[in-house]
Amino acid sequence: MLAMTYRGPYKIRVEEKDRPRIEHPGDAIVRVTLAAICGSDLHLYHGMMPDTRIGHTFGHEFIGVVDEVGADVRNLKVGDRVMVPFNIYCGSCYFCVRGLYSNCHNVNPNATAVGGIYGYSHTTGGYDGGQAEYVRVPFADVGPAIIPDWMSDEDAVMLTDALPTGYFGAQLGDIAEGDTVVVFGAGPVGLYAAASSWLMGAGRVVVVDHLDYRLDKARDFAHAETHNFTDVSDIVYTLKHATDGLGADVVIDAVGAEADGAVLQHITAAKLKLQGGSPVALNWAIDSVRKGGTISVMGAYGPLFSAVKFGDAMNKGVTIHTNQCPVKRQWPRLFEHIRNGYLRPADIVTHRIPLEHIEDGYHLFSAKLDGIIKPLVVPTAA
Amino acid sequence: MPYIASDHAKRYDPEALRQRIPGWGVDSDPADRPSHPRELVDAGETGAHWTLPVLQEPREGRERSIEHEMLTPVFGTAQPLHGLSGMIRRFAYDNYSEGQTAHWLLLVLGDRVESVGAHLRSFASSRPDNPITQTGILAESGRHPIASRYGVGRADVKHSWLDPIIVAGPWVLAGVLLARSVVRLSRR
Repeated sequence: MLAMTYRGPYKIRVEEKDRPRIEHPGDAIVRVTLAAICGSDLHLYHGMMPDTRIGHTFGHEFIGVVDEVGADVRNLKVGDRVMVPFNIYCGSCYFCVRGLYSNCHNVNPNATAVGGIYGYSHTTGGYDGGQAEYVRVPFADVGPAIIPDWMSDEDAVMLTDALPTGYFGAQLGDIAEGDTVVVFGAGPVGLYAAASSWLMGAGRVVVVDHLDYRLDKARDFAHAETHNFTDVSDIVYTLKHATDGLGADVVIDAVGAEADGAVLQHITAAKLKLQGGSPVALNWAIDSVRKGGTISVMGAYGPLFSAVKFGDAMNKGVTIHTNQCPVKRQWPRLFEHIRNGYLRPADIVTHRIPLEHIEDGYHLFSAKLDGIIKPLVVPTAA
Repeated sequence: MPYIASDHAKRYDPEALRQRIPGWGVDSDPADRPSHPRELVDAGETGAHWTLPVLQEPREGRERSIEHEMLTPVFGTAQPLHGLSGMIRRFAYDNYSEGQTAHWLLLVLGDRVESVGAHLRSFASSRPDNPITQTGILAESGRHPIASRYGVGRADVKHSWLDPIIVAGPWVLAGVLLARSVVRLSRR
C-alpha cells in the first residue's frame, strides 16, 4: 500500500509499505478514504517530537471503510463506513471509565504522560497513522463509529480531531454567559474554538493571529473580532485596553509548540529544539487573561520543559485547564450542532492533496502559502 | 483608562447575538456540555466488553517507559528499535523515567542518529533521499511564494530564513567534507 513516511526533519515521501495486519483480536484494518494534515503533524514534520522514527507514517485524522476485523470485534463489520477518533483507547482502564479517553493507560507503553495517538511518534505508542491507504485500528469496538448517512466525508474527517478539540477547548474555558473569550491562533482548532465559544454563551470573541487571510476567516466563519499581533506593538497591552484594563475572562491557546511572536522563544523551541515548545501564546494568555480568569490550552507541546511565565499565572490566580480531547464524548452533541447548522466544519477546508503528493501539502501548510487553512489528503484508491 | 467596579465583560445583548450567530447560547448551561464534568464517576458504555484486554503478542523486546508497571496490553509495532539509534533509545527507556530530562534528550539524540544513518543507507538503495522533492518545496511554484511571505506582516519571516539552513546545511557540509576527502586521497 502507499503511505506517507517520515525521512527526517522537514522531509517526507510516499513509499510502498506492507498493508497493516490484525495484531490483536480487537483490531480492525480500515481502508482510508479521506485523511487530513493537522497543525500538530507539523511538530513531527519539523522534528520536534522525541522518538519520531524514520519510516513512521503520520496521520491521526482519517475516516474510511472497514476492510478486516479481528476475532473479538463485535460492533463493526467489513464494509462499514467509519470515523476514527485520534485517541487510541481501551474503554476499560482507570482513566477510560472516568471518561478520560485521551489519557488511556493501556495503549502507550512508551509514555505514561500521554495516551495513544495514531501516527504521532513512538512517544504516543508507536502506531502508524492514517495518511496511508490502510491503517490498523486497535480496540475497534471502542473508538470508531459508523458515519451517519447524512454526514459528508469532509465533516466526518473534521470530527476525528480538529472540531472536537476546538469545541473541547471552549468547554475547558468554563465560559459563563457574557464572557469575553480571546483565542490565540486562527488555525482550524482556533477557528472551531471561537465558533464554539458563542454556543456556550460568550458575549464577545476575539481571535489573534499574524496571518491576515486566517483572520479574515475568523471574522467570516467564527463571527469574531480579530487582531493581527504584528499590527500592534504589544498584543497584551492591546487586549487589556480592549477589556477595560482588566483582561479577558477566558483565553484559549490554540497555537502550541511553534508559536511566533517572540523570535528567541521560537528559535530555541522550533529550530533548536531546546524547549518542548515555544510558549509565546501561552505566556500571552497568562498576561492577557483577567485575574481569576481561566486559560484553556489546546495547543500541543512536546514533553520537554518550556519557558512559561508561571509566576504571573500564580499571582493572578489563573485557572489553567488542558488535556488532549476525548473525542468520542463530544460526538453526540457535535452531531446535533452540525445537523442544526450551528457548526459547519467543512467550511474551513481549503486544499485536497492526493496522497502521492503529500509532501506538497506539508510544505504549503508549514510555510502557510496559498491561503491554506486545512488540507485534506485523498488516497488514490479511495 | 477608568477602572470600573461593575461586571466589565457583561456588556452584551443576548437577543442581538441570537439573531447574528446561529446557535448562540445553546450550550450556555454547563450540563449541556459533553465534557461536563471533565472526569466522570462512570463513563458508562464505552464499547469495551472486557475488564482486562487480551494481551497483544509477541511482547518480548518491546521497549516501555519504566513508569509503566508492565508492557501495556496493546502497543504499536511500527518501526521497531534497530541499530545504534535503537541502542540509544532503549537506554533512555530503560534508565530514565519521563520525569528525567535525560530521557527525552536521549530520544532526540536517537532521532538524529537514525536520521543520518537512514540518509546514508538511502544512497546505497534504489531510491536515495532527495531533499528537493521530499521537502515539497517544488509546490511553491505558482503559489506566490514571495508575495505571500513579504510585506504582509507575517511574523515568521524573521526566522524562516533558517529553514533552508536546517534542511540543506547538513547536506552541504557532508558534500564539502566528502569533496575534501576525495581531493586529499587523490593527492596521495
